[in-house]
Amino acid sequence: MTATTEAPAAETGAPRLRKEDARLVTGQTTWTDNLVLPGMLHMAFVRSPFAHARITSVDLSAAKAMPGVIAAFSGADFGDEQGSLPCAWPVTPDIVIPHHPPMATEEVRYVGEAVAVVIARDRYTAADAVGSVDVSYDPLEPVLDIRTALDEGSPKVHEAGNKSYEWPFGNGDIDAAFAGAPVVIERNYRQQRLIPCAMEPRAVVASWVGDEVTLWSATQIPHVLRFALSAFFGIPEQNIRVIAPDVGGGFGSKLQVCAEEVLALLIARKLGRPVKWTESRSEGNMTVHHGRDQWQRISIAADSDGRLRGLKVDLLADMGAYLMLVTPGVPLLGAFMYPGIYKMDAYSFRCTGVFSTKMPTDAYRGAGRPEATFAIERIMDELAAELGMDPLEIRERNWIKHEEFPYTTVTGALTYDSGNYEAATARAKELFGYDALRAEQAERNARGDSVRLGLGVSTFTEMCGLAPSRVLGSLAYGAGGWEHASIRMLPTGKVEVVTGSSAHGQGHETAWSQIVADELGVPFDDIRVLHGDTQVSPKGMDTYGSRSLAVGGMALVGACDKVVAKAKVIASAMLEAPPESVEFSGGKFRAGGGGQEVAIQDVALATFAAHNLPDGVEPSLDSDCTYDPDNFSFPHGTHLCAVEVDTETGMVKIRSYVAVDDIGKVVNPLIVEGQVHGGIAQGIAQALYEEAVYDDAGNLLTTTLADYLVPSAADLPSYVTDRTESPAANRLGVKGVGEAGTIASTPAVVNAIIDALRPLGIRDITMPCTPERVWRAIETARAGAATSGTSNSDGGAA
Amino acid sequence: MIPAQFDYVKPGSLDEAVRALADGGEDAKVIAGGQSMLPLLRLRLAYPSLLVDIGGIDELRGVTDAGDSLLIGARTTHYQVVHDPLIAEHCGLLAQAAGTVADPAVRHRGTLGGSLAHADPAGDLPAVVLALEATMIARGADGDREIPAAEFFVDYLTSSLAPGEILTGVRVPKLGSDWGYRYEKFHRTAQAWAIVGVAALARRSNGHVAEARIALTNMGAVPVRASAVEAVAAGAAASRDALHAAAAGAADGTEPPADLHGAPDYRRHLARVLTGRALAAAAGA
Repeated sequence: MTATTEAPAAETGAPRLRKEDARLVTGQTTWTDNLVLPGMLHMAFVRSPFAHARITSVDLSAAKAMPGVIAAFSGADFGDEQGSLPCAWPVTPDIVIPHHPPMATEEVRYVGEAVAVVIARDRYTAADAVGSVDVSYDPLEPVLDIRTALDEGSPKVHEAGNKSYEWPFGNGDIDAAFAGAPVVIERNYRQQRLIPCAMEPRAVVASWVGDEVTLWSATQIPHVLRFALSAFFGIPEQNIRVIAPDVGGGFGSKLQVCAEEVLALLIARKLGRPVKWTESRSEGNMTVHHGRDQWQRISIAADSDGRLRGLKVDLLADMGAYLMLVTPGVPLLGAFMYPGIYKMDAYSFRCTGVFSTKMPTDAYRGAGRPEATFAIERIMDELAAELGMDPLEIRERNWIKHEEFPYTTVTGALTYDSGNYEAATARAKELFGYDALRAEQAERNARGDSVRLGLGVSTFTEMCGLAPSRVLGSLAYGAGGWEHASIRMLPTGKVEVVTGSSAHGQGHETAWSQIVADELGVPFDDIRVLHGDTQVSPKGMDTYGSRSLAVGGMALVGACDKVVAKAKVIASAMLEAPPESVEFSGGKFRAGGGGQEVAIQDVALATFAAHNLPDGVEPSLDSDCTYDPDNFSFPHGTHLCAVEVDTETGMVKIRSYVAVDDIGKVVNPLIVEGQVHGGIAQGIAQALYEEAVYDDAGNLLTTTLADYLVPSAADLPSYVTDRTESPAANRLGVKGVGEAGTIASTPAVVNAIIDALRPLGIRDITMPCTPERVWRAIETARAGAATSGTSNSDGGAA
Repeated sequence: MIPAQFDYVKPGSLDEAVRALADGGEDAKVIAGGQSMLPLLRLRLAYPSLLVDIGGIDELRGVTDAGDSLLIGARTTHYQVVHDPLIAEHCGLLAQAAGTVADPAVRHRGTLGGSLAHADPAGDLPAVVLALEATMIARGADGDREIPAAEFFVDYLTSSLAPGEILTGVRVPKLGSDWGYRYEKFHRTAQAWAIVGVAALARRSNGHVAEARIALTNMGAVPVRASAVEAVAAGAAASRDALHAAAAGAADGTEPPADLHGAPDYRRHLARVLTGRALAAAAGA
C-alpha cells in the first residue's frame, strides 16, 4: 500500500491487436466441425430438386441397406415431434405464418428443402447414401416473381395464398406534401437477393446424456437458440446447453433457428448417439437464409429550391417459402430509415410481404437499412439531377444540422441522439479531392473519353444497437433487446468477464478487455472474456444488429460499476477510512486527501480471504448487469466513391473510395477499421458482383463461388478512411459499426456509376452492375439517342 | 471435401504412372496439382475409379532450353511459369497469362500440364499455347507422341489425349525479340474465369505488323484462332486505329457460350474490343 499518482494509460482508444486472432488464424481452435465425440454419427440430407412439388413417396430402403448406414428418416418419420420452425416476429395481427416443419412431409416449396436424412458412421458413407434415397415428386407450379404472385390465378405457395402481411406506417400529411409540389420524382429500385457466404459453413453437433442435451452450433445466437429449442420443441430449458465455439462469421445468416439444428437434436435422441452435420458450400448457398430481395417504389416531393416536402415508399418483400426467425421484420428495420439524414414534412411507408418458392430470406448485414439507405441516397441524386444541383448541395439543403440534435425525425418514432453531417462531409470532400475530380470529369466528358469518370455520394445514417425492449415490443418482436454481462474478480486479482454478446469474429475478447481494463484499472492481459456457452454465460441476447458494444458494452460498464462499489466498501475498511471519503481511479482506492491507497487486486485477495470484512458484507466482488438501452444507436458518415466506367466493355473500376464515419467514441480503432473495410467490401459486392439467381424452374444457379461472385482483396480499392466523433448519448459514447460500411457503400458505388453515365441518358442500372448490364444500358441509351433524340433510359434490365 | 470413393496411387516414375493408368481402365484419371480435379470431385461431377497422382514425378517439372524451343514439364506450376527466366525471355505471353490464373494459392499448386489436359475453353492457357503454336508431348504405353496445339483441343473439356496417355510436357517455339505479346483477360473478379480472353502475338517490322497470331479464350467449345483478324492484321500499320479496325472480325465463326456472366452477343462484342486492345498492345501501338 504505497502512494503513487501514476495512472495506467487508457486502454480504450488504443489500437490493440486482437487477443483471439492467434488461435483463429493459426487454426488452433475448435470449430464445430472439428468436434469428435465417442460414437458420433454423421448426417447428410436429401434435398428437393424441385421448387414446388408434392412428395408422393420416399423410399429409404436402399440407403438403409448400405454398409455403414445406421438409419434414415423421411419427414413423415418425425411426425408431430418435429414441430414448426419459429418465426419470432409476427409483425401484424393478421400475418400469415405457414407451418414450417424442419423436414418437409407433404410438399416442398424451394429447391434444397430437406426431404430425408441418412445417418452413417462417416460423412463419406452418409453422402454416398443420399444418392440411394428414392423420392418421388408430383411437380407443382413454382412462384418465382413476387410482382405477379398476388395476381388472381397465380399458383399458391401455401394454401392461405401468397400474401403474408401488409405493414403500413406514416407520419405527417403526405397528401399535402405531394399536392402541388413543384418537383415529384418516382423511381423503382431492385434489391437483389443475396447469399450471406460466411467463411465458416454452418455446422452442428448434438449429444444427449439422459434427458440433457448439448448442442454445439456455428451460430450467432446460442442464448436465443436455447430459448427457442425449449419454447418451440418442448425440451426443458434447464436441460439444454448450447455452445457456440469459435464461429467463423455470420453476417446475420447464423441468426437463425435452423432445420438442421432441430433435426440433429431429434435424431441424436432417437439414436442415442451424438450426430454431426456440416454443410458444403453449395448446400449452404441453397439453404442458408438469403438476404434482401425487395422491389422498392419510392417517390419524393420537393420544392423547386430542392427542399424536401415528403417521401412515399412502397415495398414488395420476398419472404421466400416460409417465415423464419425474423423474416417479416427485416424490411421493417428499414421502414424508419428511408428519410435518412433529411428533414421533411411527411412520410408514408408500406411493405407487403409475399411468399415465393425460394429459400426464405432473413437478416443479412444491415437487414432492411441498406435497402432504405440505397433508395433514399439514389433518389436524392435523381432529385439533384432534376434540379441541376450538385448531389452534395441537395443533401446539405435538407440534412439535419448538427445544432438540431437530438432530433426527432419525420417518422415521429425515432430521435437521433447525435450527429454532425457537416463535419463528416467536409472531411470526406477534402480527402476525396471532390472539386478536382469534378473538374476532371467535366474535362473528360468534354473530350468524349470512352472511359467515363463518375462520383458517387452516400451520406448515410442507420439505426443499430438493437434495441430498446419497449420499442421491440411495440413492433411485435418476440423478445427484448437487453444484454447481460458478469464480472468475476478472481482471488489473484485477475478478471473473468462473461458476456452474453456472443462474438463470431468481431473481436469482443479484445474490446471487452480494453473496457474492463479502464473501468477496473487492471492490466489488459489480466482479463479473460468468456462467451458463447450457455453454461458459462447463461444469460444473453447475442450478437447482431451492431448491438454488442452499444448494448453489451454498456452492460459491461454497469457490471464494473457494481464491482467497484462492492470493492470500495471493503477497501474503506482496509484503509480505515469512511467509504464516502474513498475514491477509485486507475485501479487504486485512495482515502481522501491523497493518503493511503489499496489496489483493487489487494481488495480481491482480501475479499477471498474474508478474514476482516465489515459486518454484513458478503465475501464477493462478483457482479452482474443486464442493460436495456433507452434508444437505438445512430452511426452516420459520408462515403464518396469515384469510378471509371469503360463504355466499350461496361467494366466498372473503383478508382478511389473515401469513408468518413462517425461512430462516436472508439474503443479499438483497429477493430473499427476492420469492420469498416469489410462492411464497405460487402456493400460494393451488392453494387457490382453478387446476386442469387434462380432460373425459370426455380433452380438456384449460383450454388458455387464460381457463379456467386464474392469479391476478394484483389478486386477492391484501397479505402481512405477517417472518422469524426459525435459521442452517442450512452455513457461510453459509442455507436455500432458492424453494419455501417455495408449500408453506406452500395449507393455510393451505384451513384458513381450513374453519375458517370448520366450524360449518356442513363439514370439507373439494376444491381449488381455487371459489365454486361452496364454495356447493355449504354447500348440501349445510344440506340435510343440515335433514333429518337431523347435522353432517358432505364437501361440494364436483367 | 466429401467425394465419392476412389482408389489412389502415387507412382515414383513416369513409366510406373503410365502402367498404373493403363491398369486402371477407362475410369482412371491423372491428378497433378488438383486445381481442376478436386473441384470436380468435391461437386461429385467426376467419379474416377482410380486417381494416379503424378505429383511425385520430378522429371515432369521444370523448364529446359532445347535450342529453338523450350521444353516445359507438365508439372511446372503456374507460379514457376510466371517466374521462370527462360519463359520470360522466349515466350513471355505464357508467363503473363499464367499470372492471371485464379489466385496465388491456385498458381502455386496448379500446373501447366493439368490446365491444358483439362481442356477447359474458359481456361487461360489453352488459347495461349494455341497462339504460341506449341506442341504437347504425351506418353502412353506405346511411347511418346507429339500433338500440335491446334489438334490437341477437340471439344469442351476434351483433349486428344488417348485414355492411358499422360501429358508430360509442352514444347514452345522461341519467339524472337521482334515479337510482342499481350493476354487480355476480361473477368468480373480476379479469381473468376475469363468471360472472354484474347492471346495476341505480333511481329513488328518497320512500323507495321508483319505477322499476327490471335487465339481466343471461352469463345467456343475449344480455344480458337481468330484467323480473319490475323489475315487483316498482317501488313497493317502498327497503330491503334488500324489494329482496332483489324479486330472487327474477331468473333467471326465463333460460338461463344451463354452463362450468368455474359450472353453470346456480349461475348462477341468483347472479343472484338479485346482483340483490338491485345493486338495494339502486342504491336506496341
